[in-house]
Amino acid sequence: MTANIVDGVIKAFQLIFSLDPEVYRITGLSLYVSGLAVVLATLWSIPIATVLGLKTFRGRKFIRGSFSAFIGIPTVVLGLIFYLIFSRSGPLGFFGLLYTPLLISIGQAVLITPILISFITSAIEAIDMDLRDLARTLGSTEIQASLSILREASGGVILAILAGFNRAFAELGVAMMVGGNMYNRTRVLTTAIALETGKAEIAQSIALGVILVGIVYVLNITISYLRKR
Amino acid sequence: MAELMELHNMWKSFGAVNALQSVNLTIPHGKITALLGPSGSGKTTLLRILAGLDTPTRGELFYGNTQIAANEQSVLRQKATLVFQKSVFFHTTVYNNVAFGLQLKDEFSKEEISNKVGEALALVRLEGVEKRQAKKLSGGEQQRVSLARALVLDRELLLLDEPTVNLDPKNVSIIEESIQRVNQERNITIVLATHNMFQAETISERVALLIDGTIKQIGTNQDVFGKSNKFLQSFARLENVFSGTAKPTKEGASIIEVNQHLKIEAAFNKHGKVSVHVRPEDILLSAESLKSSARNVFKGTIVGITDLGAIAKITVDAGKKFSIQITKKSLTEMKLNVGSEIFLTFKASAVRLI
Repeated sequence: MTANIVDGVIKAFQLIFSLDPEVYRITGLSLYVSGLAVVLATLWSIPIATVLGLKTFRGRKFIRGSFSAFIGIPTVVLGLIFYLIFSRSGPLGFFGLLYTPLLISIGQAVLITPILISFITSAIEAIDMDLRDLARTLGSTEIQASLSILREASGGVILAILAGFNRAFAELGVAMMVGGNMYNRTRVLTTAIALETGKAEIAQSIALGVILVGIVYVLNITISYLRKR
Repeated sequence: MAELMELHNMWKSFGAVNALQSVNLTIPHGKITALLGPSGSGKTTLLRILAGLDTPTRGELFYGNTQIAANEQSVLRQKATLVFQKSVFFHTTVYNNVAFGLQLKDEFSKEEISNKVGEALALVRLEGVEKRQAKKLSGGEQQRVSLARALVLDRELLLLDEPTVNLDPKNVSIIEESIQRVNQERNITIVLATHNMFQAETISERVALLIDGTIKQIGTNQDVFGKSNKFLQSFARLENVFSGTAKPTKEGASIIEVNQHLKIEAAFNKHGKVSVHVRPEDILLSAESLKSSARNVFKGTIVGITDLGAIAKITVDAGKKFSIQITKKSLTEMKLNVGSEIFLTFKASAVRLI
């Protein structure tokens, strides 16, 4: 097994540096699918988190608590729900989205929405609310004042987006259930690792694992460096 | 237009608590009006309504001749701006903080904004700090930047919530001077909330005495401070208020005998029972008796030292207890401790009749 691991690591670097088209295609699709998921989730999470962070209304605590509770939703369960909804006989089957990269993105976006909303809401809540009144008394409209608060919370917002990307990029359940791990179409890094391991292609699995971890690592380091600047 | 703002029967309630009760107030155009009252009297609540940040529970508010409805608060926010008691800053440079209000609209070019920011900072004597992080300035500098950030907008009405509280005398005088300058040079109407009756007396032309959410008295300085006033005395009694018997001197001053150890000379001519006040910042502390023109020199013992941030409040027993404000630096340099013997010096003209 030790030899396998060493082989795997060596092969990983060979695959990366030999510009293996299959590896690059899988990696590229992974980045695209999870990147799109993050964009979609951010689009709806920021407005929702801004309202939750700035407004007081009945049911706010319940909604806030629900999003926190769903942070840990098992990816397989979410994948199953999406499968049932989008399978041919499901209520949204007519869209024909099952086994497409777009549906993986949508599924991952839903998966990471609780993370984004909870983290961004917390970041907004941590900002001194006097700043909102300050922005208003300096002439901001309500929307401009909310944007000022969001800008103050930008460090937390970036962290939330990053955490969301990490979760989407590294998850397996949704990608497997709704993507189907189809060669050249919906195969992403995590589903490829699962497949290769199943075929006892340990070296290939490790190679893909190294790429997966490497991307997460480099991305996180880069963003933390940029934030410090 | 004589009145810039008018409030009729204004109430503000938070649950069962009435922070403001039936407030009737006029704010004359181009003048400095002081809202004088102790902490918790409703000054901030009233300022926030005037600033259009909060809506009153009931009552009518007029700006000029126009009545401002509860859903039109944003109109007020374009006319007035409020400087908060506690300085708050966006996490950026002094320049960006001061320029914030100007950058909201496409009214000014970058160069115009830069000039206006420079002028506003010069007015509060803070040139050259544009690139520094606002949150890293000292407390006094932060409050001056807050004032500059409001002044740069050139609004008709400037609302100030305790702008000099907890600041050292140097920062206090810079802020007071800037306020008076913009009032005189730009004809900006100012409402200043303060619990410091002497700040109200020296800076403003009109005073509204706000106690427990109610305006107890309103009028010119002479109206409010000229007469003996039980509301005023109730919170002037906090510090350095002495009662005694005044005897006129040949020179036209008075000696007030507070008790057998303490006789205070005052630069007014009075006879009989009087109450007087000496501002804590008008009293000089020294290790030795000073030869000066000041008529009142007393030896005493320090009985208390209270840390107020940049300044310290020293309580000295010199026949009666005196409160004196000094900077932290002076406290350290003079090596003052509880039990130290010390001399108090103040001028006869610093003794005010209440």
